[in-house]
Amino acid sequence: MNGLTKIGFLVAALALAGCDNSGAFGLGGSSAGGPGSGQYEDGSVDDPTSVAHFREQVGDRVLFTVDQSTLNEEGRLTLLGQANWLLENDDYNAVIEGHADEQGTREYNLALGARRASAVKEFLVSRGVAASRLNTVSYGKERPIEICSAEACYAQNRRAVTVLKADVNF
Amino acid sequence: MMRFFTALLMGLTVLGHMAMAQDGPLRIEITDGVVEPLPYAVPDFVAENSAAGGYATQLAQVIASDLSGTGLFREVPQKAHIAKITNFSAPVQFADWKAINAQALITGAVSVSGSQLEVKFRVYDVFAGQELGNGLRFKGTVEGWRRMAHKVADAVYSRITGEGGYFDSRVVFVSETGPKNDRQKRLAIMDYDGANLQYLTDSSSIVLAPRFSPTGDRVLYTSYETGFPQVYILDVGSVQRRVLNSEAGTMSFAPRFAPDGKSLLLSITRDGNTDIYRMGLSGGRPQRLTSSPAIDTAPSFSPDGSKIVFESDRSGTQQLYVMPAGGGEPKRISFGQGRYGTPVWSPRGDLIAFTKQNKGRFHIGVMRTDGGEERLLTASFLDEGPTWAPNGRVIMFTRETQGASGASALYSVDVSGRNLRKVKISGGGSDPAWSPLQE
Repeated sequence: MNGLTKIGFLVAALALAGCDNSGAFGLGGSSAGGPGSGQYEDGSVDDPTSVAHFREQVGDRVLFTVDQSTLNEEGRLTLLGQANWLLENDDYNAVIEGHADEQGTREYNLALGARRASAVKEFLVSRGVAASRLNTVSYGKERPIEICSAEACYAQNRRAVTVLKADVNF
Repeated sequence: MMRFFTALLMGLTVLGHMAMAQDGPLRIEITDGVVEPLPYAVPDFVAENSAAGGYATQLAQVIASDLSGTGLFREVPQKAHIAKITNFSAPVQFADWKAINAQALITGAVSVSGSQLEVKFRVYDVFAGQELGNGLRFKGTVEGWRRMAHKVADAVYSRITGEGGYFDSRVVFVSETGPKNDRQKRLAIMDYDGANLQYLTDSSSIVLAPRFSPTGDRVLYTSYETGFPQVYILDVGSVQRRVLNSEAGTMSFAPRFAPDGKSLLLSITRDGNTDIYRMGLSGGRPQRLTSSPAIDTAPSFSPDGSKIVFESDRSGTQQLYVMPAGGGEPKRISFGQGRYGTPVWSPRGDLIAFTKQNKGRFHIGVMRTDGGEERLLTASFLDEGPTWAPNGRVIMFTRETQGASGASALYSVDVSGRNLRKVKISGGGSDPAWSPLQE
């Protein structure tokens, strides 16, 4: 367990060191040594097979309404794009991170984030992505990306982010 | 921190056999709602040898901090005293303490021999002109001097309120630093009053919601050490830890010990669905206790181990339910407006504390175990996660402030709703769990 974490951290650190735009790396809210080990190289956003392209162009996240894990129309469109990309680039795996806003108790938000991540996984699998390439994790309200206490921020925090990872198991 | 004390606190010895004013005038009934705190005096303890000199003042200060911190007692400050206690055995001149309107007087003596410290104390009902209970003596290590002060304060509190004490206890919690979007979390343990802080983990992984074993020597918590939330058990003395549930493809969290200390409740999430399970500490397959497609989490045993209170959104919103310890049909107990979560059964068995979310505000509240007599004790932007003091009279919880610079802190409040206080810690803190009274 410890060994795995350390490996994950080292690889992530190397990836960060080799990346010009390191500030944007891991915007999904995953921390170094996060779920799954082995980060892919970010690559150029112009390269349609790159992690950067997936994140910036395909769109790595979907947003949810308060307390809900149902995908909205915009979210389904994003996920269709993700599914197609994953089918074309079938050497990539992904961990789907579910998140909640701060307006909820800690345990409930963990469970809610898990529902959201699972909803995304189910959608991707329904579109033909092999379940074995996907894993899910919930951060509950532990990793907000926006920090104001207003709906504008909460809306961005109620999210599921598909983070491309080489090894999605633990 | 645990280490120095377990073997060294020799217990207590009755000093004398004076008459006890069982139901005398010096009595606080907590349930009646105390508005006017009871005035007391605690002069510096008598140092019986030179090595004890440093402790004579400090002991009195910690005792005063404990008692006054309850809101039930008010110290008559030492500078108002017109008499000094220079001989622990000499008769008390009650007139000197009546004159400053101290209703209770606590006297004590301390001596140090090598690494051993001995504390004696007596409590007096000043206006009745007699001792309240018997004098007691505690022995321990010099490093543990604060615990002896807490034990004295617990004895005084118990004699005057008729309730069990809670000062000689500890709190395990999540120490927090950094902004909301880069919060560093580590497990920490401290005395109930914030003293003797010690870290149990580093901040390399998110850690959540530690819970004490019934004997206070082990802690269950959730860690992202592998990248995925899983339940761990940690030995407080050795700081050794191990994962309890590591089934691939699942998350586990919200652990809590059974009263026997041999098994635990936890939530396990499979394919996005969160249910409550029970598992033995020695391993083995977790036994599933709920099986709804809803979020079932935050389980807590009744003190007799016969029932479990938990939260579920099976009705559409988060509500509280009680079910038999082996699982079975849950009975909903929360019916007020808003959402209810994080229920915790009181150690006395009489009440359930919870977090309530209603109209954009969060509250810590209590209700009877059948859901009756709901009372909200606090209100703020975000209060959550109550934990009971060992005597079931005080609740500690997390309060997070609003906005981009929002930070978390630990607060305590009386079960009456009075005496809201911020617990003094450096940095932020969340998810407190109160230990049982120490042995």
